[in-house]
Amino acid sequence: MDIAQNILLTIMTAATPLLIAAIGELVVERSGVLNLGVEGMMVIGAVCGFAATLLSGSPWIGMLAAIAAGAFFSLLFGVLTLSLAANQVATGLSLTLLGLGLSGMIGESFVGSAGIKLANLDIPVLGDIPLVGRLIFGQDPIFYISLILTGGVAWFLFRTRAGLTLRAIGDNHASAHALGINVLKIRYLAVMFGGACAGLAGAHLSLVYTPQWVENMTAGRGWIALALVVFASWRPWRVLGGAYLFGAVSIGQLHAQALGFGIPSQFLSALPYVATIVVLVIISRDRRLTLMNTPASLGQPFVPDR
Amino acid sequence: MDTNHTEIPLLETRGLTKIFGSLRACDGIDLAIAPGEVHALLGENGAGKSTLVKMLFGVLEPSAGEILWKGAPVKIGSPGEARATGVGMVFQHFSLFEALTVAENIALALDGKVPIERISDEARRLSVEYGLPLDPSAHVADLSVGERQRIEIVRALLQNPELIILDEPTSVLTPQEADKLFETLAKLKAEGRSVLYISHRLEEVQRICDRATVLRHGKVTGACDPRNETPSSLARMMVGGEVPEISGAGLGEPGEVLIEVHRLSAPARTPFAVALTDVDLTVRAGEVIAIAGVAGNGQSELFDVLSGEVTVAHADSIRIAGVAAGRLGITARRLMGCSFVPEERHGHAAVPTMSLSGNLVLSRYASDRKTFITGGWLGLINTGPVATATKRISSAMDVRKSLVDPPAGSLSGGNLQKFIVGRELDRQPRVLVVNQPTWGVDAGAASRIRQALVDLAKSGSAVIVISQDLDEVFEIASSISVINEGRLSKPEPAATMTRERIGLLMGGFHDGAGHGVDPAEVAHAH
Repeated sequence: MDIAQNILLTIMTAATPLLIAAIGELVVERSGVLNLGVEGMMVIGAVCGFAATLLSGSPWIGMLAAIAAGAFFSLLFGVLTLSLAANQVATGLSLTLLGLGLSGMIGESFVGSAGIKLANLDIPVLGDIPLVGRLIFGQDPIFYISLILTGGVAWFLFRTRAGLTLRAIGDNHASAHALGINVLKIRYLAVMFGGACAGLAGAHLSLVYTPQWVENMTAGRGWIALALVVFASWRPWRVLGGAYLFGAVSIGQLHAQALGFGIPSQFLSALPYVATIVVLVIISRDRRLTLMNTPASLGQPFVPDR
Repeated sequence: MDTNHTEIPLLETRGLTKIFGSLRACDGIDLAIAPGEVHALLGENGAGKSTLVKMLFGVLEPSAGEILWKGAPVKIGSPGEARATGVGMVFQHFSLFEALTVAENIALALDGKVPIERISDEARRLSVEYGLPLDPSAHVADLSVGERQRIEIVRALLQNPELIILDEPTSVLTPQEADKLFETLAKLKAEGRSVLYISHRLEEVQRICDRATVLRHGKVTGACDPRNETPSSLARMMVGGEVPEISGAGLGEPGEVLIEVHRLSAPARTPFAVALTDVDLTVRAGEVIAIAGVAGNGQSELFDVLSGEVTVAHADSIRIAGVAAGRLGITARRLMGCSFVPEERHGHAAVPTMSLSGNLVLSRYASDRKTFITGGWLGLINTGPVATATKRISSAMDVRKSLVDPPAGSLSGGNLQKFIVGRELDRQPRVLVVNQPTWGVDAGAASRIRQALVDLAKSGSAVIVISQDLDEVFEIASSISVINEGRLSKPEPAATMTRERIGLLMGGFHDGAGHGVDPAEVAHAH
């Protein structure tokens, strides 16, 4: 039974950073902004979180530093694409390239240093319940934050007025402007929320998943998060499903490789990507529903005429 | 301005001016709206009407001049401030969010305090009270244009405004829907609210408005009581000259069949598109068939299958001069002597960033290959003949431009439309299909385009005009058909067709049993 529990734990750990980064990007895209810099913001979060942890001795301070670094880094994207109305695709791609380079430079002296892991929750009685105790009550703090974030964003988007305003801007920014909504201000806030989430996702990698700094340690997870948002039709609970599916197949294929079924390892490595895309494509077959949820002004710069 | 009104106007502007670059879109506008008055703002496209009301509603900032509310100067810096002042607005191009529900759309325009459940009830109550029924939980994308306008009106009414601005409200309505709107306006007036009614439809203005202010080129050219004027005197103030009448005389007996559409059906390609069902249409040489209908009932879908932008399942469904053409693409159909003018000028009929001559080559490189293309397989553009043709088209259609060969996007809407129609007419096509030929075009240019379409038919071609403008339909058509939810009514001679009958057909009341619309379906749609 311990094996099953361990496998489930690793799946949750693999899914958490994807989920957090994707939920952040979901909010950004719901406001009509396409930030392709998730990978870059994530890796900046990872290195800043790791560095702040080593310098302060506290992984909690590291986590906060990662969030702040991600948000600050996304602000750069915000200034370029929102205030200066630069092309969002090109700016987002440059943000990723800049983030990867910059993180390598910041982290150079930390390569090989032993990190401090953000401790798991340790609740004496509940954590000892057989089978589910550790899964539910003995995880790392960021895991719980990821679930709260998903529920919170779903509630915010579909149950609050501010969420309605955000969705309206993503649907038609010109009409929102005509109604007197401050489009750019809300987009700035959304972009920075996305940056903070990507930073937190990076912190999960360098403080929980593998508590150390390795250059380029996000290894494409930012891109997976971006794809998850689209394939999940911009809906938070589907993003959660997609992230866990991806995590499950990633871990499953590692075990399959270890057991050696005679299937080429390249094929197994590709499996998580294929499985996630296939499943999400199948559930987003309903074109009407997809179009209803697609932010119609996604990627278009907004320049108010005054 | 005359000063018959001794009471203080509800809203007054003095010397209101808006400058965009070198263009004075509004130039020293004086306007006064009395309490409880329906005030018309008349003018052609580009006269500055929309710019003026955007300043009144706080969307645009005036460059000079002042706005007075009940006699006191006010600064309206945003739509929110306009609403707080007591001004409500119904936009021409609706400011609705398609992916949201009716209640959500309304909630967005209101103060943050009201919970969304209460807005639903309030919207339902108000909409019934004003005879504008709405379902608050419906998604906007599923609604007709008339229903969308109701949302805008109810949204404005929920804020209890003293002045309601309506920008070209009837341009998208059936005659019956327009009548309902006029009843609502009468009710608002009876409650003591003022209405600023923007239009270029003179009959409407005479019917419902107490006073009118006329704009031309950003300046006030007249203020009057529209009931004391004639349509032609109002038109003179708007246009600054006489508008020539279209002469349809000389449309002879129809000749051979050039277009034959038989039981054509095409599925909707997106959730927001319309499916075409059992469309039958026969057009002969020398005929102008007009297809009337409210926007969004399958006009662009019909245009797409006629032009070959979208091919249909059965080649026989569309015959051009007897040849099965349903599976042929747009270039093949052009080579058969057809020409097409789509609705959207920018990006569909013309590439805005390319020059006029470039746009000419884009649509006629295949049909006029001998003239425009040289160099054999290299396919070089033969610039001399292209320039000559551009010049010929521009002078034939009186296209006004500042350069010899400017980018298409730099022309005004009316001038670009004249060029696009002229580009196709210049070929002398045997078949011309045109969608909304004069949408957003001023009266002078519209009259020229309509005359050119009639002249083409006189010369023995078949012309199909898809239009929302009933005046235009009656002016040029020899037969009229109505499109409603992707179904086409049987064409009837223009001489015996009436506006009332068109209105009924627009609403889906086909009496031709062949279309099989049952009453329950019609009731469901409304």
